[in-house]
Amino acid sequence: MRVVTLYTDNEHDTFRMGVAMGELCEAGDILALWGELGAGKTLLTRGVARGLGIPAHIPITSPTFTFINEYDGRLHLYHLDLYRISHPDELETLPWKECLFGGGVAVIEWPDRLGDQLPRERWDVRIVVTGDENRTIQLEGHGERQEGRLERWADRCQEKRPIPSV
Amino acid sequence: MIVLGVESSCDETAAAIVEDGTRVLSDVVFSQISVHSPYGGVVPELASRKHVEAILPVIAKALEDARIPKERLDIIAVTRGPGLIGALLVGLCAAKSMAWALGKPLVGVNHLEAHMHSAFLGNSPLDRPFVCLVVSGGHTALYLVNPGKENRLLGCTRDDAAGEALDKAAKLLNLGYPGGAVIDRLSVDGNPAAFQFPKAYLEKESLDFSFSGIKTALANFVRRHGSPASDGQKGAYRLEDLAASFQEAIVEVLVDKTMHAVESTGVNDVAIVGGVAANGRLRYRMVEETAWRRVTLHMPLLRFCTDNAVMVAAAGYHVWNRFGPCENLLELDAVSRWT
Repeated sequence: MRVVTLYTDNEHDTFRMGVAMGELCEAGDILALWGELGAGKTLLTRGVARGLGIPAHIPITSPTFTFINEYDGRLHLYHLDLYRISHPDELETLPWKECLFGGGVAVIEWPDRLGDQLPRERWDVRIVVTGDENRTIQLEGHGERQEGRLERWADRCQEKRPIPSV
Repeated sequence: MIVLGVESSCDETAAAIVEDGTRVLSDVVFSQISVHSPYGGVVPELASRKHVEAILPVIAKALEDARIPKERLDIIAVTRGPGLIGALLVGLCAAKSMAWALGKPLVGVNHLEAHMHSAFLGNSPLDRPFVCLVVSGGHTALYLVNPGKENRLLGCTRDDAAGEALDKAAKLLNLGYPGGAVIDRLSVDGNPAAFQFPKAYLEKESLDFSFSGIKTALANFVRRHGSPASDGQKGAYRLEDLAASFQEAIVEVLVDKTMHAVESTGVNDVAIVGGVAANGRLRYRMVEETAWRRVTLHMPLLRFCTDNAVMVAAAGYHVWNRFGPCENLLELDAVSRWT
């Protein structure tokens, strides 16, 4: 099994899937989040943060202007947003490698901006907008680290557990 | 007291000379969107490298415009944070080196506090508490400002900043850069009541903001209704109406929460600062809402809403009066987060 397709019809489910991913993350995991503006990338990342144990009173805000936000949880979370990168040259001035290979968990919004520097070892999470509230979320593991883990991730993402929504 | 202010926390490289915290002697901003930059032309965003190239010419131009030889400076003030470390370090290193070489005192300034001073340039800052809405591409927060004491954060965004929502809306509608300004301009000819966009007020009494849902609502709108009517062509709706309705939802939440903060703190003054404080509709609605409440509104001139060094020099003057210079100037460090 290489790719799993999940469906949600509300924001809370997208958030809940993020929580499941956060709970299963291991040190060194990289999540590349693909999806258009307003798809729910930052929302999913908030879920990942809560799954990593970052307390609900700490807001997980958009890193569009700051490029990188960091949080302390069970593992360190690096939340990258490369939206404003218009040229690969500009990456030089950001400590993005420290974030991806720093022993924590890295979530990358707009990973296309990394071009061929995007690591091969990673999770791809593709959020496709299929309706106002409907999203198709494709989860794909690349590389050795992810081998044998996808099934568990898919199961956990589909568990409908009651969780707080922040 | 003549202060040189230096700012490089995000995309703008800026330097300014201000006398006694109020009299602006020069104001130089080097930005990718500034027409009056010393070079003109487009500069890629963010690159610290560009700050490195710009910082010394910008400082030199500020001194030249003010006709002040650098030896006559009394204080050098520089933004320490919050911001991008790589960008902040450029201004900080330039300011430190100058202070060291010239034997001048150095003062580190908080970028958000500098914005708060932008509403009082040309006047004395308030000596009584006031509510301040800091609203820009990177920040949306309400503070209770207690002059001479610690500021209190009353609320802030839980996801996107207001300016970011406006910029991304412009991107979704393919309207150029800077998006916030384009939306503002289009909205003048639009009907703000044409469409309803969600206004997130969060929990009762909360002074926090959320602007992520409205972005999704706009994306949904465009997917459902397609492109707007353009010159001579028929379309489902007018772009101006959409822009005005979207902007209205954001402005209303900003105004309502700010007024709520004013009422709950019991202050008689309110300031709005930051890039979005240049938004025409926000200024207009703030004037309306403060007028009947008999609350005094303080707003920066348009050119001091976006990042500039005049506000850094002004804030630096007051920090110096209150705390004196930093003791070991070579140890002054940049900080990415600083509330």
